[in-house]
Amino acid sequence: MLTEITTLNQREAGAMGHSAILRDGANKVKPGAGEFAGTVGKITLADPRMSARNVDVFYGDKHAIQNVSLDIGKNEVISMIGPSGCGKSTFLRCFNRMNDTIDSCRVTGEITLDGQDIYDKSKDVVPLRAQVGMVFQKPNPFPKSIYDNIAYGPRIHGLAEGRDEMDEIVESSLRRAGLWKEVKDRLDQPGTGLSGGQQQRLCIARAIAVSPEVILMDEPCSALDPIATAIIEELIDELRENFTIAIVTHSMQQAARVSQRTAYFHLGRLIEVGNTDDIFTHPRHKLTEDYITGRFG
Amino acid sequence: MSCANIVNSMNDSNTNGSTTVEKVNASLKRRYARERRFRRMGLSAVMLGLAFVSLLFLSIIGNGYSAFQQTKVRLAISFDEQLLDPSGERNPKVLSSADYNGLIKNALRQAFPAVQSRQDKKELYRLISNGGSFRLREMVLDDPAIIGTTRDVWLSADDDIDMLVKGHIDRNLTEDDRRVKDSVIAWIDQLDQQGAVDLAFNAGFFTSGDSREPEQAGIGGAIMGSIYTLLVTLVLSFPIGVAAAIYLEEFAPQNRWTDLIEVNINNLAAVPSIVFGLLGLAVFINFFGLPRSAPLVGGLVLTLMTLPTIIIASRAALKSVPPSIREAALGIGASRMQMVFHHVMPLAMPGMLTGTIIGMAQALGESAPLLMIGMVAFIVDIPGGPLDPSTVLPVQIFLWADSPERAFVERTSAAIMVLLGFLIVMNLLAVILRKRFERRW
Ligand SMILES: Nc1ncnc2c1ncn2[C@@H]1O[C@H](COP(=O)(O)OP(=O)(O)OP(=O)(O)O)[C@@H](O)[C@H]1O
Ligand SMILES: [Mg+2]
Repeated sequence: MLTEITTLNQREAGAMGHSAILRDGANKVKPGAGEFAGTVGKITLADPRMSARNVDVFYGDKHAIQNVSLDIGKNEVISMIGPSGCGKSTFLRCFNRMNDTIDSCRVTGEITLDGQDIYDKSKDVVPLRAQVGMVFQKPNPFPKSIYDNIAYGPRIHGLAEGRDEMDEIVESSLRRAGLWKEVKDRLDQPGTGLSGGQQQRLCIARAIAVSPEVILMDEPCSALDPIATAIIEELIDELRENFTIAIVTHSMQQAARVSQRTAYFHLGRLIEVGNTDDIFTHPRHKLTEDYITGRFG
Repeated sequence: MSCANIVNSMNDSNTNGSTTVEKVNASLKRRYARERRFRRMGLSAVMLGLAFVSLLFLSIIGNGYSAFQQTKVRLAISFDEQLLDPSGERNPKVLSSADYNGLIKNALRQAFPAVQSRQDKKELYRLISNGGSFRLREMVLDDPAIIGTTRDVWLSADDDIDMLVKGHIDRNLTEDDRRVKDSVIAWIDQLDQQGAVDLAFNAGFFTSGDSREPEQAGIGGAIMGSIYTLLVTLVLSFPIGVAAAIYLEEFAPQNRWTDLIEVNINNLAAVPSIVFGLLGLAVFINFFGLPRSAPLVGGLVLTLMTLPTIIIASRAALKSVPPSIREAALGIGASRMQMVFHHVMPLAMPGMLTGTIIGMAQALGESAPLLMIGMVAFIVDIPGGPLDPSTVLPVQIFLWADSPERAFVERTSAAIMVLLGFLIVMNLLAVILRKRFERRW
């Protein structure tokens, strides 16, 4: 049943990519009976880094993500937008199996990293999470010193030889997250004593300290001022040269600034995905258009 | 829709002529009154608790403080060579088996030459505790040169004399109703006038073991027994309890088996402690053949008893660690084990320690299960290790409370004071440890 729908979806999505009828503002996909029939836009990529196929997520009986398929490409930033509670965080957390930690949560479907199923029984989550790092929606520094917050990841993975190298990792991580100047004199003080925005940057620094190849960022700038935001966006740009980034954001300007592709979620479904420029200038789905033009809700 | 409702209700309140601020002000008085009432109630609850605690302390201290003092009588003892070492060889064997009681009797006869009848002499000899002869033997063995000289020696009085001097025996009663005869009172008064009666600090109470004679009985043996028992309990129950809690909370799958285990642990916490004593008797002594009355067995039994407490407290402490910390650790690629030991355990440690100390305090005050495994035996010697027969403080209190002699009453209270002192020290330790662990970040 599921696979049937998906093949249909993919065919539809592929067809729509070439369809001239649906391309322009005049012919929006209308909400109604067929509203959630599938995702508008091209979900597949020729050479994906990670790809999700027919992913469903349940919290107990609640169906939080419904049959979502999406590819994340190499050296790209993909942003995920959508109204609050639509399942962006839930979907993002599937990519490094963070949902495993929630007892009531069940994930079905297939997610691959470089072609390998990450939900395979034989797959070890420890190297997976070192490879696919995450910045959580709520800043969650360890109740340890600022230094140890950053050094913890490199330490357990054995990334630094000796104290000097560790100091270097800590400094560069904090610098890149734009926090170094504020904390360089208080590295031995608890990370939990920082302000909300500082904690957010601390968590970003902690995530990049282990040099993950894919970084999942859940609203990394929600508590930051424009200057700090600019630093993080610069960081994202810089990281993209080597890595892959998926970012959840409520700021459409931010999505437009940092991402190459954008995915719009609504009530647990992936409504539309496409090049960021296209999505913001020519949304093809009515729901996407309502959302980005501020008519939603 | 909901927006419109709010606007409507706001309009309503405005048209009724009272704004939100007025409404709030109107209800303010009632709110504050309620708060004051609640505070007063809380305060009186605390006061009541404090009153009862101080009542308890006052009565115990009032009864027991005098046990820390001991009546001593000064006698001029002449270390008679004829009596001690007729051969003059100073052979330690001869010296240690000599008749030191005879020395005391001689000294008493000399002090009260008027006493003649056999009956009266017997009464006279009972003024001094029969522990006095040990004291004299020690002196002679330490320094044989005192043989042949006369020395003033302070010797412990008998327990009845002790009670009389401390005022616990009413002199106004008729002679028949009183444990001390009129003649004895006269002798003591005479000695007192000579300055030969004194109250001194009772060091023996802390250093000696139990005795049938109250003036020689001490809690040294019970303290050592309690320490060995608690050491065994701590060494076993803390690691086992914490490990069990961590496994159940962090690693065990959630299924019917773990539910069953959880229910059983909770049940175990509610099992009367004497049942653990029976279990210990059946398993450790009868089956494994461990010695009776030994702190080792006591510790094993108390371990069984405190384990549920520690496990439940530790699980609660682990549960209270916010999930965001676990996510942070796992999200960076820590294994479950690393997550638990690097992040969750340090945060849960204060709670675990509190649970452990509460369990230890329970164990320290527990007597019922230890009665079953023979720690209630009358043991004079101070235990030298966890395998020696011994008793523990609460059992010692139980034993003394059961003794008829008046002098054991104050000793019972004094032993309770010592037990409470230990509890206070343990709780202080808990607070200090908690502070230390909390300061690590
Ligand atoms: N641990 C959980 N247990 C049960 N339901 C959950 C849990 N986490 C999320 N949900 C539900 O799943 C749905 C999606 O939640 P999610 O956190 O993914 O939303 P989101 O798109 O990230 O929203 P926001 O923008 O507010 O962060 C919501 O309806 C939420 O109530
Ligand atoms: Mg979210």
